[in-house]
Amino acid sequence: MALLSCAGIRKEFGGHVVLDDLSLDVAEHQVVALIGTSGSGKSTLLRCLNLLERVDDGVITLDGEDITDPRADPDRVRRRIGMVFQSYNLFPHMTVLDNIVLAPVRVHSRAPQQARVQAREWLDRLGLADKALSYPDRLSGGQQQRVAIVRALVNEPRLLLLDEVTSALDPELVGEVLSMIRDLKESGMTMVLATHEMGFARQVADRVVFLDGGRVIESGPPERVLGDPEQARTRQFLARIIAAGRL
Amino acid sequence: MTGPAPAAGGRTGGFRPVDGFRPSAVQAGRIAYRRRQTVRSVLLAALSTGVLGVLLVVAVTGAPGWERVRTSFFDLGVARESFPAILQGLWLNIRMLVVCAVAALALGLLIAVLRTLRGPVFFPVRAMATGYTYVFRGVPLIIVIYLFAFGVPGLRLRGTPSVLVLGGAAMVITYGAYLAEVFRAGIESVHPSQLAAARSLGLTYRQTMRHVVLPQAVRRVAPPLLNDTVALQKDVGLVSLAGPVDAVRAAQIATAEHFNYTPYIVAAVLFVLLAAPLIAVTDAVTLRAARRQDAGA
Ligand SMILES: Nc1ncnc2c1ncn2[C@@H]1O[C@H](COP(=O)(O)OP(=O)(O)OP(=O)(O)O)[C@@H](O)[C@H]1O
Ligand SMILES: [Mg+2]
Repeated sequence: MALLSCAGIRKEFGGHVVLDDLSLDVAEHQVVALIGTSGSGKSTLLRCLNLLERVDDGVITLDGEDITDPRADPDRVRRRIGMVFQSYNLFPHMTVLDNIVLAPVRVHSRAPQQARVQAREWLDRLGLADKALSYPDRLSGGQQQRVAIVRALVNEPRLLLLDEVTSALDPELVGEVLSMIRDLKESGMTMVLATHEMGFARQVADRVVFLDGGRVIESGPPERVLGDPEQARTRQFLARIIAAGRL
Repeated sequence: MTGPAPAAGGRTGGFRPVDGFRPSAVQAGRIAYRRRQTVRSVLLAALSTGVLGVLLVVAVTGAPGWERVRTSFFDLGVARESFPAILQGLWLNIRMLVVCAVAALALGLLIAVLRTLRGPVFFPVRAMATGYTYVFRGVPLIIVIYLFAFGVPGLRLRGTPSVLVLGGAAMVITYGAYLAEVFRAGIESVHPSQLAAARSLGLTYRQTMRHVVLPQAVRRVAPPLLNDTVALQKDVGLVSLAGPVDAVRAAQIATAEHFNYTPYIVAAVLFVLLAAPLIAVTDAVTLRAARRQDAGA
């Protein structure tokens, strides 16, 4: 059974339909890459999955539980889903360490001491041990984004949502974030990621989903969707990407 | 947020080579030039201050009525005699200031948070909080003090607190309305992406407010909050209108006794001295906030 399943999702903003009868299944340990033009609804879909936006129709289930049921408690649902944003969104008034331990301590009732030890282990592994007590604005974009990923991971989510996590980074910083995500895939994390990096989608994704006009136009293994797409619209999109030198 | 840090231009003096580095001839010339410019501007400032000061003294002491003003406003003997009573009155102002400032900040924060609550359940709370800030930012403080100090006792309820407490309550309620708006501006200045990040971690609305939004909001509005506290520092003197003997009231009594206005000058000087540290703190906090903004935090 799929870990995450969306069926017939619709979302509109003031009459502008952004997601239209969209369906998508994600199996456990699977990595799904969402691609599509700007404004195709990738971020909106991720925000709906995390209940940051309320869907206007359709059903989303996580571990078989209908999370779009109005009786479901969004706070409890979000505890099982991690999300990382394009602009990192670290809390600027807290040190790196406090950013990481906030949710484990406040939401998951872990012992602060133990949470801090665990956070430091993560930072060690990423070579950021000396940044534990720094404030986010003292870190490079790549370092901030890796901290943001750790902040989501320490809550041991069932599912990780990544929204263009490298788009705000200088090219030389993209690598460190991507290699972290590759490691996460190795460890079996289930992920849905929106990306403009076709090369990365090809490397890390088990399945690539092309969105256009709020619908899934084409979906399949990266070699097929990116290498030999069936749909004309996918081919057009990829041709523009190639012209822009991003493939 | 991650743009290049602004160049540290402008900071020039105090050049100390760390690693045996010797500035080039060009740089040495620039340093010498800037030093000369600094000396020049300090001299200019001193000169213009001196000239202005002399002009002011001449204008005031040369005025036809200066002798009369000097004896009725600047009488040292009267100042010395009235000083203890006024100082004692000031102690009341200080206590009121501390209590009222703390209470008004707490009330303001509460109202601001209530105004952010969404959902139909909270409609009445929201409406009341909004109405409160509208009414009490509009009504002059003096009228509120009169209504509280003279109106409430008129109800002849048992356990009516003293006029002092009622005057303080008037102050708290009026200032709470201003401070609520300052807090609200701070809360609204926190970017929605911060809320999204906090909620995505599973924090509840309350936890998000408490740990993510309010700390950032309060930091941002600390300068205007302190500024309002300075204003409150002056306005606590208005409680004398209701009767209690604070510094202003004590000065008024001494003025009547001596047929001389010097006690008011004494009170004014004491108020300035009381405000000075608060104003200095406000300036320091404002400066720090501005610097942090520059650093892109
Ligand atoms: N809160 C909102 N209110 C109104 N319109 C919105 C809102 N959020 C998104 N939209 C609209 O929904 C559409 C899809 O936006 P979305 O951010 O999901 O696109 P995207 O695929 O993530 O694009 P990009 O690749 O540029 O990130 C856009 O037309 C956008 O203007
Ligand atoms: Mg997007």
